[in-house]
Amino acid sequence: MSNLIKNGAIVADTWTLVPYPAIDETVQKQAGKVVQFKVTGTEAASPELIAQVQIPAGQVIVPLTVFRARKDELAPRIAAGEIGVWLESFELVEDLVASIDDINTLPLIAYDFPKFVDGRGFSAATLLRTRYGYKNELRAIGDVLRDKLYFMKRCGFDAYQIRADRSAEDALASLRDFSEPYQGAVDEPLPVWRRHARA
Amino acid sequence: MYRYDQYDQRIVDERVAQYRDQTRRYLAGELSDDEFRPLRLQNGLYIQRQAPMLRVAIPYGLLASRQLRKLAEIARKFDRGYAHFSTRQNIQYNWPRLEDTPDILAELASVEMHAIQTSGNCIRNITTDQFAGVAPDEVVDPRALAEILRQWSTFHPEFAALPRKFKIAVNGAQSDRAVVRVHDIGLEFLRNEAGELVVKVWVGGGLGRTPIIGQVIHDALPWQHVITYCEAILRVYNRYGRRDNAYKARIKILVKALGIEAFKHQVEEEWAFSKDGPGTLTQAELDRVSAYFVPHAYDKLADCDPDFNEKAATHPAFAAWLKRCTHPHKVPGYRAVTLSLKKTGIAPGDATADQMDIVANLADQYSFGELRVSHEQNLILADVKLSALFDLWQTARAAGLATPNIGLLTDIICCPGGDFCSLANAKSIPIAQAIQERFDNLDFLFDLGDIELNISGCMNSCGHHHVGHIGILGVDKDGSEWYQISLGGSQGNETTLASVIGRAFAAADVPDVISKIIDVYVEQREGDEPFIDVVRRLGLDPFKARVYGAPATAKKELANV
Repeated sequence: MSNLIKNGAIVADTWTLVPYPAIDETVQKQAGKVVQFKVTGTEAASPELIAQVQIPAGQVIVPLTVFRARKDELAPRIAAGEIGVWLESFELVEDLVASIDDINTLPLIAYDFPKFVDGRGFSAATLLRTRYGYKNELRAIGDVLRDKLYFMKRCGFDAYQIRADRSAEDALASLRDFSEPYQGAVDEPLPVWRRHARA
Repeated sequence: MYRYDQYDQRIVDERVAQYRDQTRRYLAGELSDDEFRPLRLQNGLYIQRQAPMLRVAIPYGLLASRQLRKLAEIARKFDRGYAHFSTRQNIQYNWPRLEDTPDILAELASVEMHAIQTSGNCIRNITTDQFAGVAPDEVVDPRALAEILRQWSTFHPEFAALPRKFKIAVNGAQSDRAVVRVHDIGLEFLRNEAGELVVKVWVGGGLGRTPIIGQVIHDALPWQHVITYCEAILRVYNRYGRRDNAYKARIKILVKALGIEAFKHQVEEEWAFSKDGPGTLTQAELDRVSAYFVPHAYDKLADCDPDFNEKAATHPAFAAWLKRCTHPHKVPGYRAVTLSLKKTGIAPGDATADQMDIVANLADQYSFGELRVSHEQNLILADVKLSALFDLWQTARAAGLATPNIGLLTDIICCPGGDFCSLANAKSIPIAQAIQERFDNLDFLFDLGDIELNISGCMNSCGHHHVGHIGILGVDKDGSEWYQISLGGSQGNETTLASVIGRAFAAADVPDVISKIIDVYVEQREGDEPFIDVVRRLGLDPFKARVYGAPATAKKELANV
């Protein structure tokens, strides 16, 4: 059964997420300097690895690096609307925006939450929705658990791939944890004191 | 003070329901320890050495008497009849049962309180001056803006999982009693030459493992922009702060690595998009919240009371208490009163449920039903008439709340330390007690004058040892507890970080070391020269020489640290 929540309901997933091929060793770069970490943080995919990525037929979500490096090859499929892009948590939405004329030609952008406590995706989603005007599906993938769904929704996600070992059914309820948030965000840009006359 | 409307109340009620379900799922085995941890932490629940510890928010340190009574009731019903006031104006329960914590939150919600974001990697309780609204040197009462910031930061979705914790302090007085320069963001509200309210924004300060004094990122931000500007700072931090090493994840490390100019450039670029957006504050909203903080209905009094003068002249103990525990008030005939939670033999900052009830009664009787918590871990009745001070003092003294030691050597800032905290390397409460016992002669303490001694049981520096005139840090050496002494730290407008004097000491030696440091001060001071001035004038050498013996030996020993 599908574990995908989209627009407030559990739906079948018509997309295939394309991962990087497994490599023997994942190297976590110990960033020596913050300025360096800002750009890289984690070992970026090598050209060889990018070239190795197998892209199946149908609707697929490819890594940002693959999207950028193999754009010519993917061009007809992009035009056909069957290419989505996923970003790792250290990748910058600006790099995606810079690599495409109109961000809304992408039917789907997915953002990976490598760990429950990594909140970079909240800013990334906010930027995509506000600064870059992205209107299509924005999907949270990775360590996606119900207790962050409300925050994800507020930051502009509209689809959540709930971690496989958890119930999407249970997670649905958490989207309504709070009824009137204090501050403005993507889903409701006005703070509560601009929405309502308060005593 | 601020009162919840339906929106505030609904948020805390919904939070109780959400947390109750999270706890239920954890106890039912549906959530792993690792998954429950960030959830409970965002609600102030730590799993400690003995039991869970629950930290309850006291926003900007302000409490109503009915809230304090509820805190007392919780201490009796769910804990062991006492609680601990922390250095961030919060209150901590050391012995609740995990199963009871949802009920405790429901009790808190019934008096407009919560434990939201008192821990975890999010925006924490907003702190401010304990004399806000009454201090004669106040430029702007910061409480309305602190409340606006509290609401804005509560469940802010974009900043719900920051690289590390994030502390904001607000000051509106000439003298900085909120230590804004050692916060992730320090907001200093002031008036510019045209009389307009502006904010001096400090960023990147903090204590902990790597103490750094904050830098000014904006000199005079018009107050309407305070939220959008803070959001710009937080967004840059959320995206680019380090997440690979928890010890290097605070914003101070990012600011230092980029340099304040480059960091400011990024923030300003970000801010350009949100400036004047819907997050911009309006005069109407400031007025709405400020209406909760209008001055009390003070009586018109002379700033002198013959009966009071007579009592002060004839009761030396009362006079001593007046000198140390009462503070000037902007309204004639009133004083602010500090009730000391630093009685010898009691863990600094601890109060029993009975004491809390007594303080609540005192607040009702003498101080418009309100009180404050200071980051020095004492309680404050901010609005007491001169004529009421003697009666108040007698009640407080009988309750063990009138030790006349505010600002003195025994008014120790101290974290819970190794007795309770699972992060601690060493105990801190017994060290504080040993020092209080050593210096129990009030005349001598009075003669020594203002000395701030701060103790932390580990590098996380909850006891603010970096900014103590004398700082004590518990360290772990080969599995046993040692204490490193530092000198020359200070808080306030001239915030400085203390320097370590040399190798660490065993617990039993600490009182002797402090005595030697005090001896040097007494010998070297000129006239009324305060301790911190002597340290600044002489440097560390004479203190080191006394503590470690001849300088040559000290050097050799230093090398062994």
